[in-house]
Amino acid sequence: MKPVQFHYCAGCGHSIAHRLVGEVIDEMNLRDIAVGIPGVGCCVFAYNYFDVDMAEVAHGRGMAVATGMKRVNPEAIVFTYQGDGDLCAIGIAETIHAANRGENLTTIFINNAIYGMTGGQMAPTTLLSQKTTTTPLGRNAAKEGSPIKMSEMLALLDGTVYLERTAVNSPANIRKTKKAIRKAFQAQIDGLGFSMVEVLSPCPTNWKMEPLDSWKWIDKEMVKVFPLGVIKDTTGKKEDAD
Amino acid sequence: MTKVLMDGNSAIGEAAIRAGCASYFGYPITPQNELTEYMATNLPKRKGCTFIQAESELSAINMVYGASLAGVRTMTSSSSPGISLKQEGISYLAACELPAVIVNMSRGGPGLGSIAPSQSDYFQATRGGGHGDYRTIVLAPSSVQELADLTHRAFDLADKYKIPVIILGDGMVGQMKEPVEFKHEAPVELPIRSPALRGAQGRPSRIIKVLTSKPVELEELNWSLFRRYQLIKKNETTSETFLTEDAKLVVVAFGSSARIAKGAVKRARESGLKVGLLRPITLWPFPSEAVQALIHQTNHFLVFEMNMGQMLEDVQLALAGKGEISFYGRPGGVIPTPDEVFRVINRLYYQKGLRAEK
Ligand SMILES: Cc1ncc(C[n+]2csc(CCOP(=O)(O)OP(=O)(O)O)c2C)c(N)n1
Ligand code: SF4
Repeated sequence: MKPVQFHYCAGCGHSIAHRLVGEVIDEMNLRDIAVGIPGVGCCVFAYNYFDVDMAEVAHGRGMAVATGMKRVNPEAIVFTYQGDGDLCAIGIAETIHAANRGENLTTIFINNAIYGMTGGQMAPTTLLSQKTTTTPLGRNAAKEGSPIKMSEMLALLDGTVYLERTAVNSPANIRKTKKAIRKAFQAQIDGLGFSMVEVLSPCPTNWKMEPLDSWKWIDKEMVKVFPLGVIKDTTGKKEDAD
Repeated sequence: MTKVLMDGNSAIGEAAIRAGCASYFGYPITPQNELTEYMATNLPKRKGCTFIQAESELSAINMVYGASLAGVRTMTSSSSPGISLKQEGISYLAACELPAVIVNMSRGGPGLGSIAPSQSDYFQATRGGGHGDYRTIVLAPSSVQELADLTHRAFDLADKYKIPVIILGDGMVGQMKEPVEFKHEAPVELPIRSPALRGAQGRPSRIIKVLTSKPVELEELNWSLFRRYQLIKKNETTSETFLTEDAKLVVVAFGSSARIAKGAVKRARESGLKVGLLRPITLWPFPSEAVQALIHQTNHFLVFEMNMGQMLEDVQLALAGKGEISFYGRPGGVIPTPDEVFRVINRLYYQKGLRAEK
């Protein structure tokens, strides 16, 4: 990481997730070969924090850019760091197809159930009856659909090798998240295919909660819809992937 | 060097490979599929080269963006509706000063239009097309040989000026077969441009970004792009003239229409009419000075396009009120014959009283 101050709101999960990715890159000695692609969301300025080569891309297109980048330079370790609006709304096609092709990429997917950067509108991951600025009465399945379970969807694809959902709302969960991020990078180093860590992350500002309450809300509400744990792991069985 | 018989789309593919293009990302659309298929078959045979059929044009152009960020020569192609989708990526390439070659074998529009050759994407190609204050170099080939030559030039220009370059053809030039000679051998080592994002490898980490929080910083980028565009105008504007030396009427046409117009001009000459042709090869930058230079010998211009008059506006701008400009256009994918254009020339020639002038 670069020695600069985060722009994130107090209590935001992005800062913790950033720190974890940075630590993993350092511990795995990837700084010189890593290239990162942040999403267009609150993490758009991630290039100010990660001390690795970074490229900014159009909203949602991270996986396509990462695909082009990795295919022409397979020695690089390419990761995207995207929010739910980015990865799961505008970029859902890019995400599904990169995963389906088994692109040898690592994705950190920050699921905060809302659009942070643009001021708290509904995301594809917004919970039912959750109030946002564009669902003022609460998300209604009949009108707005139900929250998309991205990791479970991607698990159906042959190209994905490792999918885990974690959270950054407690020291124990933070430790698990770091382990998962490490494993996701290892899958890429081993050339196994597509890996993603979905991180449940608080957005106290747009959830209109105190940071501590937002941590509790993840445990109380979010994990009911987005259960934590390994969703798919075939890394042990794919040693000989080419 | 021997000549081979090839369709225009495949010739682009072969020329691109010989120019050291390391990656091609495409999505099928008629009339440019021969290029995608040529790349699928031939590009991966070369060490370190990649072909991907993307899930959409949006994805394809963003793969191009990724490959260009990594510093390799890269290309995509499509036809009109697909190019509309690629505009997001082209604007981003322009903002990041990233080279790439984008082929538009255009077809009739608007909308899904027709699959027949058309030139109605002239505005889109020459005015930026995507959002923001940017330009792309636009090359307009009119034969299979020229497609091959301009493809090579497109890669060189893209790298030289760090800019996306568009090859604007149409289904006619893309799908017709002609003998073509390739003037270059494919490089043994693929060229890698700097600065690129390939991992910091001991140097300070590098950022290539498009969001600027301070308007004055973005203004500076726009100024620097503008200065580069001025340089491109000065150095790279290209056009060709045919029998204009003594012409009383000059036809201005590009790409496939220029091909048709050439036939019509030849017929006009056979019947004793002093008619010539000016063919812009770079559509942006537009060869305004070449148009202006003709004003010393004639006042009469006929702009002929397979659209409703898009390049016409550039000719009007170039002449700035001088000269008389007529227009003949067939939109929607209708291809006029040289005879049809000759009849237009003939009629104009008499209407303007050019026969009487000695
Ligand atoms: C093409 C396009 N459409 C819309 C936007 C505006 N926009 C910026 S960020 C964003 C939502 C980001 O939400 P998410 O990915 O969930 O990230 P968060 O801010 O919540 O971390 C939107 C819609 C944009 N930049 N580009
Ligand atoms: S708006 Fe939400 S996601 Fe964005 S920085 Fe603030 S807390 Fe984090």
